[in-house]
Amino acid sequence: MQDIVFRSEVDGNDYQRAGEASRHTKSALKRLGLPPEIIRRVGVCMYEGEINMVIHADGGTATLTVGIDKIVIELKDHGPGIPDIDLAMQEGWSTANTEAQTLGFGAGMGLPNMKRSSDEFKIDTVVGEGTTVTMTIYIK
Amino acid sequence: MRTHSVKIDKSKCVGCTTCIKACPNEAIRVRERKAKILDQRCIDCGVCISICPHGAIRSFHAKRDILEKYKYTVVLPDQALFGQFTKVRDPNVILTALLDIGFDAVCEPAASAELIAQFAILDSANGSAKEEPTISSCCPTILRLIRMRFSDLIPQVVDTVIPIEHAAMIARDKAVLDTGLDPKDIGVIAIVPCPSQITEAIQPETLNESVIDDCIPIVDIYSELDAAIRKVTEPKKLSRTGRRGLTHGYSGGEATARKAYNFMAVDGIQNCIRMLEEIENGNIPEADYIELNACTCGCVGGSLCVGNPFNAKLRIKKMLSPLPEYGCSYDLSEEARERIQATKELEYLPAFLLDEDRSMAYEKLTMIHEIRRMLPGIDCGSCGAPSCNAFAEDIVQGKSKYTDCVFRRNKE
Ligand SMILES: Nc1ncnc2c1ncn2[C@@H]1O[C@H](COP(=O)(O)OP(=O)(O)O)[C@@H](O)[C@H]1O
Ligand code: SF4
Ligand code: SF4
Ligand SMILES: [Mg+2]
Repeated sequence: MQDIVFRSEVDGNDYQRAGEASRHTKSALKRLGLPPEIIRRVGVCMYEGEINMVIHADGGTATLTVGIDKIVIELKDHGPGIPDIDLAMQEGWSTANTEAQTLGFGAGMGLPNMKRSSDEFKIDTVVGEGTTVTMTIYIK
Repeated sequence: MRTHSVKIDKSKCVGCTTCIKACPNEAIRVRERKAKILDQRCIDCGVCISICPHGAIRSFHAKRDILEKYKYTVVLPDQALFGQFTKVRDPNVILTALLDIGFDAVCEPAASAELIAQFAILDSANGSAKEEPTISSCCPTILRLIRMRFSDLIPQVVDTVIPIEHAAMIARDKAVLDTGLDPKDIGVIAIVPCPSQITEAIQPETLNESVIDDCIPIVDIYSELDAAIRKVTEPKKLSRTGRRGLTHGYSGGEATARKAYNFMAVDGIQNCIRMLEEIENGNIPEADYIELNACTCGCVGGSLCVGNPFNAKLRIKKMLSPLPEYGCSYDLSEEARERIQATKELEYLPAFLLDEDRSMAYEKLTMIHEIRRMLPGIDCGSCGAPSCNAFAEDIVQGKSKYTDCVFRRNKE
């Protein structure tokens, strides 16, 4: 059986539509009858990753690969990169600007929640080139 | 079999496809020029009833003459009813008029709402509340929506019965005591603002068996009741409700009654869906109670109400000011608590599941993707499905043919 791949471009200028990609994929996953807890975790990872690409990286590409035993979420952008990953991973740490904060983003909980919600979590980042966050969730 | 109370009148339906896009749950298709509701998907929100330009969508319910079916009838007036009449400032006027038009007794769901709220206040004082944010269970449409599309949120939904159902149980017991009649001869009849509650009466979400015998939509009884109201000169003291119960007629009332100060009240089905998405994303850290009403302004905006919900809300607000906080002192015993408790757990409803077999479901989803790529993606609706995506799904499920798409037909 082949994997199902969902790919969506996330627009970095559209705060209003931030979260759309995770909405669409979640609704597709619900059609597969995966356990609700898995869908919820995928939703959190994808949503937070999508928001990060919008508020910190001027957009990017979200790819969700659904296999029979695992789901892999990849969020790839060509934004500024993350200079200090340990700092970025700290709960409450945020460099979000006031515009993002006014809209309710920038609580500094995104990355920690993504890590908590996934079974495997990896950040590849190069300052000035971009960031790729890859998360794996196993379907038991 | 799932049941629902919204039905298409085929003689009036012209197949215009207006409803298929308005339905928030992708539950309508047009087949052979007539709209058809998918039983498994309908959540009885009533949106289609309000939007159909040809008046072809109706709710299915009891006729007014049902009163003759019973030896004794108790009426349960939904809180929304109290906002329907101009210049009525005393709930007793409406209750008296209900007796005048033929019901034998009244029992107010608003009083049940007060009781449930009091228990909630006790619980939150004891710290024995649910996982946060807690989601209200007051609107049956929302419960159905959660069961179909947000089943991961089920543990967050409060597990009490809907006030009108609690009122029905109390009403029947009291009627049996008062009259000595066989419970079968007693009709417990709800006056409801929406098809959602009609379905709830037939197939309850939180109870194992139905407790309401029949429902009459507000719109069906409106003129008769309005005329009777005008004739009431000396209203009987029938109401047992205070401010906390009657506010349940509009959005935010329930949360206020529960003293859930840190609450969000969301109304309108699309807003509710968006809110549930947000809760699912873990994005609601600020509220600890979330009240969701499928209708604009809450139940006063139900599709079987009369007139403008904003007016109705204002009327109820005006009615509240002279009322006491609580209408009476409630029995807060363990026995009373048991009665407000749901006897049935909310369960996932597989309305959107592609296949019971997981690998088959994967295959179908892959096929949907492939078909979707060959469709124009403009969601024109002329195939009878609300979107190209839904159409692709219908093809894969064997419910539509590729050639139902005008664009594909023209190409072939
Ligand atoms: N895709 C990204 N590109 C650049 N910086 C990022 C990206 N994702 C996260 N960051 C940095 O990591 C910090 C913490 O991220 P996160 O935990 O999601 O909190 P928040 O988004 O609320 O700021 C951000 O404030 C930002 O500085
Ligand atoms: S009542 Fe609501 S869910 Fe049911 S068919 Fe009409 S719009 Fe769709
Ligand atoms: S909000 Fe009230 S009127 Fe509307 S569907 Fe829900 S219960 Fe019925
Ligand atoms: Mg973030």
